[in-house]
Amino acid sequence: MTEQEVRWTAEQVLALAPDDVSRKAGGKLGGSGPWSQIGGSASGSLWGLCEGSGSRPYRTVVDLTGPAYKCSCPSRKFPCKHALGLLLVWAAEGVGDPAPAPDWAREWLTGRAEKTARPSAGQAGPVDEEGARRRAERRAARVGAGVVELERRLTDLLHGGLAGQEQAGYAGWEETAARMVDAQAPGLAARVRELGTIPGCGPGWPARMLEEFALLHLLNKAWLGVSGLPEQLAATTRNRVGVPVSAEGEVVRDRWLVLAQYDSVSPDGRLTTRRIWLRGQESGRPALVLDFGPPGRPPGLALPIGLVWEAEARFRPGSAGLRVDLGERLSAATPGTGAPAGIGTAAALEAYGTALRVDPWLESWPVVLGPVVPIPGEAGWQLADSEGTSALPVPLSGSGSGSRTGLWQLAALSGGGPVTVFGEVGHRGFTPLTAWQPGSAEPIPLV
Amino acid sequence: MDTAHEEWDELVGAALLGTGRRRGGSPEALLDAAAVRTVRRRAGLRPAEAAPRPEPAAHDPRPEPPDAARRRLAQLLAGRTAAGGSGGRRGAAPDLTELLPQWLAAAGRHGYRAPAALVPALLDAARARTDLRPPALALAGARGLWLARLNPDWRFALRGGTGDTGGRPDAADREAVENLWEEGLFAERVALLGTVRAHEPAAAIRLLTTTWATERAEDRLMFLDSLRVGLSPADEEFLESALGDRSRNVRATAAELLSALTGSALAGRMAERALACVGPEGVEPPADCDAGMLRDGVVRRPPAGRGERAWWLGQLVEAAPLSCWRGRFGGLTPAEIVALPVAEGWAEELHAAWCRAAVRQRDPAWSKALLGSASAPPAAGPGTASLAERAKLLSILPDGERAEWVAEFVRAHGLSEAFQLLGVCVVPWAGTLGRAVVDALDTAREAGSYPWSFSGVMGLAERCLDPTEAGRLEALTAASQDPPDASPGAAAYWAEAFQRLVATLRVRAAMLAELTPPG
Repeated sequence: MTEQEVRWTAEQVLALAPDDVSRKAGGKLGGSGPWSQIGGSASGSLWGLCEGSGSRPYRTVVDLTGPAYKCSCPSRKFPCKHALGLLLVWAAEGVGDPAPAPDWAREWLTGRAEKTARPSAGQAGPVDEEGARRRAERRAARVGAGVVELERRLTDLLHGGLAGQEQAGYAGWEETAARMVDAQAPGLAARVRELGTIPGCGPGWPARMLEEFALLHLLNKAWLGVSGLPEQLAATTRNRVGVPVSAEGEVVRDRWLVLAQYDSVSPDGRLTTRRIWLRGQESGRPALVLDFGPPGRPPGLALPIGLVWEAEARFRPGSAGLRVDLGERLSAATPGTGAPAGIGTAAALEAYGTALRVDPWLESWPVVLGPVVPIPGEAGWQLADSEGTSALPVPLSGSGSGSRTGLWQLAALSGGGPVTVFGEVGHRGFTPLTAWQPGSAEPIPLV
Repeated sequence: MDTAHEEWDELVGAALLGTGRRRGGSPEALLDAAAVRTVRRRAGLRPAEAAPRPEPAAHDPRPEPPDAARRRLAQLLAGRTAAGGSGGRRGAAPDLTELLPQWLAAAGRHGYRAPAALVPALLDAARARTDLRPPALALAGARGLWLARLNPDWRFALRGGTGDTGGRPDAADREAVENLWEEGLFAERVALLGTVRAHEPAAAIRLLTTTWATERAEDRLMFLDSLRVGLSPADEEFLESALGDRSRNVRATAAELLSALTGSALAGRMAERALACVGPEGVEPPADCDAGMLRDGVVRRPPAGRGERAWWLGQLVEAAPLSCWRGRFGGLTPAEIVALPVAEGWAEELHAAWCRAAVRQRDPAWSKALLGSASAPPAAGPGTASLAERAKLLSILPDGERAEWVAEFVRAHGLSEAFQLLGVCVVPWAGTLGRAVVDALDTAREAGSYPWSFSGVMGLAERCLDPTEAGRLEALTAASQDPPDASPGAAAYWAEAFQRLVATLRVRAAMLAELTPPG
């Protein structure tokens, strides 16, 4: 392997695992025992034969620039345990001098190289602009009808008063959510479904309910007046309502550091959403990559925390300029060189406030906070600036994050001293996702 | 409360009540106002007032383990909850749970501290498994204690046992010690007593005496019990006074501790009584349980099914110093004394009492004599046929002799009864013991039974075999033909069980290699 090939750590490899089972299984193949003919090329690929239960060993190939994997085993997991095992062997002891790939590995590697070189095959065929416009109009009309219906539901409820909602249960909201799905407004449907859970969350629910009503109302109004909105706010509105935005986004080429990766499961358990937070090393821009896993399957995309890839990221219009689609990665990954520079608590809230200007529905904004001191407390945790009296509360119940385990890990790292923490800051406080110990470049995932 | 708050509260009130019941307000106007207010509040958020920051943790000068070892620890801690209790066949994968205690011990020997990020997981592991506590807490060090003070789940870490005072006063700080002794919780007081005792035994007794008369009976019993550790002749006077305690349990415990002090007056009195009953001429159990015997802790009423006199005899012999028998039997060695014929009916009683005495007084010569030959059938042994009692006797023998004895037992009797005895041997098993166990497993395989009949021993072997045995075991991992009269498929299962054993040993060897001493 060449000098560009700084080997990954085992944690970074294991972060690629689609689930815990694979992580364990891969770990067991992470010694040289079951492997033969292990090798690697100068262009960042690895291969090896792994002894399995059958008579023929499995052929495993990894392209580190993707990363992408190919294995002759029957597993449908991606990467499979063999690919993970091979990466672990490489991480632990390397694979010797660069060598030409054996035939069985070369075919796939060459195929990949060609595919990468080819310009993406988009815009095939003449575009039926007139048809597309009519389809968009029809959809806009359906969404509009849904919005009007929802707005009526909100005002009717407020006319009669929210007091009865505690007893009303989810059913009414489920039905309204279904109507929004029919109206092709999945964004509204999701928000409406959430409404049903609010009366059950204890004291203070009427205020939360009113906030959610108000934000839905704001969204309804925005949709109804979308043609008069500035372009960015219009795109955000369409996004929030759930209508696909066709406009081309801004492309930023940068070296992207992976700051965090975590999954959350939809309330009905049917969909796993994976959030991967990136930060451009040059531009300093935060970026969010989303991937989804259907029932019972984890999302396919996995980027190990702490690695840096050079890539083009296409920012989608709207969504506060966070959401990106990551293009083909242009380099093999290298480990990041340290904790990113952090900001104080006041600046973090200011960043969130600024972002609300382009997306008032934004729940939180990604920031690197530091140096801060975690303060555990029975009533709740805080992260305090290491100097001064300012602190951010840490929400304990959230959408699958802010876990107790992660918080204690953070406290353990700090030992009462200052640390740098990456996380999401919003109106409920700061949810820590990744932390760095002073003097260590190694990010510690907290979720 | 500022106006913004008041406005918002008014809006919430209107929303709860319904705009229909108020004059002037429309739902739309309410929503408009609420939307402005919500976004404005979010955009204008200010940081909160910081709570008092925790005192920083004390500096731990020890180095962190090397990277590979750190990853291994993370893996072992993560596997802790997942691996256990899966039930049924376990396949050929190595068993990681058993490796955690060994990792901790090895890291401790090299003087490492736990990586900070893993301290919470380490404390959780120690909370679930008390046997992990001493090494885990030692490794977690100052950072662990710091965390334990913040999280009630880890309070156990503050109760000592690590040699660290964990926030307790310095044993030499008399005033602080007395304050905590007067006002502390019971657990804190027990821990304090241990700390003071390690520092200066007499001071602990003095401390105990100051409040002894006012302690509750069950507390007196616990305090007394804590004196077991580091028992010395300096405790005799106090224990002697406790023989007159109001509580029968306290009296009995005091008597038991005094009899373990073979030079104590109580031990002397018991010797006198025992020697009057047992000698070369035969056994004549006591005719009565007198007041003196009662005061020295002899229990008068026998349990159901036991004769009174035999019961008293057993207690006298058990409490008498073993050293008194040599003179009584004309200078014979313990082995020779044990081998002497005993009058019909008394042998079992007498030998059982000697076994208890050997364990209580930690006397290797007598333990060895009472265990007899390991190759003889257990029932024919001089002391006792009970495996639990034999295991106790074994634990008194020096490490090497213990391993030799159990190895010979395994060679003679196989593995089916060896489990308890193996459990008291020092880890990793000595070469002869390891080979005896592996050979016995091989024999069991050839006999055609299923490996899960030996799962207990297999588990022990995974934990206790010396990793260097892995090479010798390799030959056993190949699946062979089932012998003609074997249970169906047994050979394959055995091969799998041996593969797992080898895999575990190899992981263990790799693990220990990763934990190189700090450079």
